[in-house]
Amino acid sequence: MNTQTIKEEQPLPEGEQGSAMNGADALVASLEREGVEVVFAYPGGASMELHQSLTRSKSIRTILPRQEQGGGFMAHGYARATGKAGVCMATSGPGATNLVTCIADAYMDSIPLIAITGQVYQQFIGKSAFQETDFFGMTLPVVKHSYLVLDAEDLPRVVKEAFYLAESGRPGPVVIDIPKDVQQAVFEPFFPAEVGDIPGYKLDLPKASDDELTEVLRLITEAKKPVLYTGGGIISADAHEELKEFAEVTGLPVTHTLMGLGVFDPAHPQSLYWYGMHGTVAGNWAVCESDLLLCAGARFDDRITGKVDKYAQEAYVIHFDVDKSEHSKNVHAHFPIRTDIKYALKRLCELAKEQGFQKPDLTEWFTSLDKWKEEQPFHYTKGEHITSQEAVEALYEESKGEAIITTGVGQHQMWAAQYYKFKEPRTYISSLGLGTMGFGYPAAIGVKVARPDKEVIDIDGDGSFLMNVQELATAKIEKINAKCLLLNNQHLGMVVQWEDRFYESVRGHTILCDLENIGGPDNLDAIYPDFITMAAGFGVKARRISKREDLRDGIREMLEADEPYLLEIIVPYTEHVLPMIPQGKSAKEILTD
Amino acid sequence: MRHVISILVENKFGVLARITGLFSGRGFNIDTLNVGPTHVEGRSRITATLKGDDKSLDQCVKQLDKLIDVIDIQNFVEGEAVGRELVVVKVNADSRSRPEITQICDIFRGKIIDVSTDSLIVEVTGNESKLQAFLELIAPFGVLEQARTGTVSIRRGKLYN
Repeated sequence: MNTQTIKEEQPLPEGEQGSAMNGADALVASLEREGVEVVFAYPGGASMELHQSLTRSKSIRTILPRQEQGGGFMAHGYARATGKAGVCMATSGPGATNLVTCIADAYMDSIPLIAITGQVYQQFIGKSAFQETDFFGMTLPVVKHSYLVLDAEDLPRVVKEAFYLAESGRPGPVVIDIPKDVQQAVFEPFFPAEVGDIPGYKLDLPKASDDELTEVLRLITEAKKPVLYTGGGIISADAHEELKEFAEVTGLPVTHTLMGLGVFDPAHPQSLYWYGMHGTVAGNWAVCESDLLLCAGARFDDRITGKVDKYAQEAYVIHFDVDKSEHSKNVHAHFPIRTDIKYALKRLCELAKEQGFQKPDLTEWFTSLDKWKEEQPFHYTKGEHITSQEAVEALYEESKGEAIITTGVGQHQMWAAQYYKFKEPRTYISSLGLGTMGFGYPAAIGVKVARPDKEVIDIDGDGSFLMNVQELATAKIEKINAKCLLLNNQHLGMVVQWEDRFYESVRGHTILCDLENIGGPDNLDAIYPDFITMAAGFGVKARRISKREDLRDGIREMLEADEPYLLEIIVPYTEHVLPMIPQGKSAKEILTD
Repeated sequence: MRHVISILVENKFGVLARITGLFSGRGFNIDTLNVGPTHVEGRSRITATLKGDDKSLDQCVKQLDKLIDVIDIQNFVEGEAVGRELVVVKVNADSRSRPEITQICDIFRGKIIDVSTDSLIVEVTGNESKLQAFLELIAPFGVLEQARTGTVSIRRGKLYN
């Protein structure tokens, strides 16, 4: 029988031929060629070969976290702060599994992360070898792409591709799993200058057509209650300036997700700030009542929409996204447009100018919006004790709103977003899709490494902070000046809030101290654990505050410290994050007290 | 509704796991699955048939399309593509029943590919309903073993792109 197989001729790639070296050296040389400045790496048997190579690198700083998850979040923080891929590394087995949460987190928030793991010798794969796990298989559902490198000669190409895939289009995590024999194999690597052809991945970003964009402009002209809803896609695409111009050209009110914090100045008259479960009343109601919803670089998460069939019921939905799988995933898009957001916004402004675009008259609409903004701002009551809201507000004022804030997950995360007014992209760095407690402090370390010029503060809760408290050691030993404002209420505050609202305040394992003697501003002796002593054990400066008169002084002391610093503020656990749209409810059912 | 999804992939290890994982993670049960190389070196075609509501399957197809190793994906609608399955079945057959089985086999344009004193192996190709009809007729003789490929399917007419 005759069979015909077509062989596609591949042109020889351009690049550089290296001299003989082992796989580990080739990997490090490839990372250097990608401009990697820092890797967050915890060694072990299957990755020590890589660490030996890292010791020889002149341009890469290797930071040793105290747990692999800490390293993963440091790399995440670094990526969030810079837009460049963050690199973390761990050994096989438990080292690798400790990275899984970080990879899932980066996947949910579309963050470029390169996770490099050692793997057992190929001859031991599948034999239940010591510290063996199928990491390639385990991470399949949470990666943008992954590689198990079986041949050392593939390493330079794999690294080149991995960075390209992680950073381009909709960013995401890429895993590179490298067996130890591949790390040890000696060969003459060829370092390609460019990414070769990847048949299943378009190298060019999609661009909206002029026809589509002209139609968008026409729809805006006709709208009575339009809203522009944006998110993290604006930050990934570095399109905040284009967003501002487009908003001003069209006069549309702008609201965004938590991922989008910092894309649009909250002081701008068109800003409704962020919306969703705990976002502004004005933002939520505006979207709810809109007749035209322009979504750009956001994905209609359930924390944004609430009950989907009650969400923006009257609105004609235009959805710009670089990832077409987001179109109509959660909310039906009447007009889906697959495009690079930066291009689309820029081109919309150009077309508006060319076509003599007339802003719609939105006077009436803004009368309602301004009224909601004025009548329903974020608010809290000052009581006897310092509350978390008050502490965040004081931090905002004392730091002049110029710090980069990371957070854990829970009430403090929402209060940070409500009372620290974010004006610049990449300044609110938080685990938003996956919602991983313990994210804040290691992320702050990664951010500080990327942005030594900025004040970097983790606003954290006592539950979250304890989950990666070991990273105080990293900050101290590596001299990374990351601060922590710890809002200690001795409880898992957000779950407690839900218990109060929906479960008759039955405490289902949400108390973190002695159940018989609960700590708080009125019972300081019972506070547990003793974070101040703990910090002392790590050699990190710390101070506890429980009285209002000490608050500003404490914050100033933290800001002035030229080293890692923990400022613990004892707050009551009785505060609720408001407003709140209960799960499964619509924006109109928002609770404001 | 029943869907036939045809996926052109790079022939790399893990690609099948990536694809089936996307189905299983969304609660789709794959009815049939077939994988084989194509005429282009390094490329394979996967044909999966499964049931599911159109909207969630459409989302699944978009997610599959995002996989780096997936080059092209098509969700065939009725009549748009031709598909065939192959079944090989070992049936009880002695000298008395052999002629009747052979006759049924002829009607379905099947082939007898192995004979022994007390059994036959028959090969039949066709679409799902044809194979079903054949298997029903053959069942009374006593099926000893059966193996069946999934549907392999290809779009009618010229390649569109």
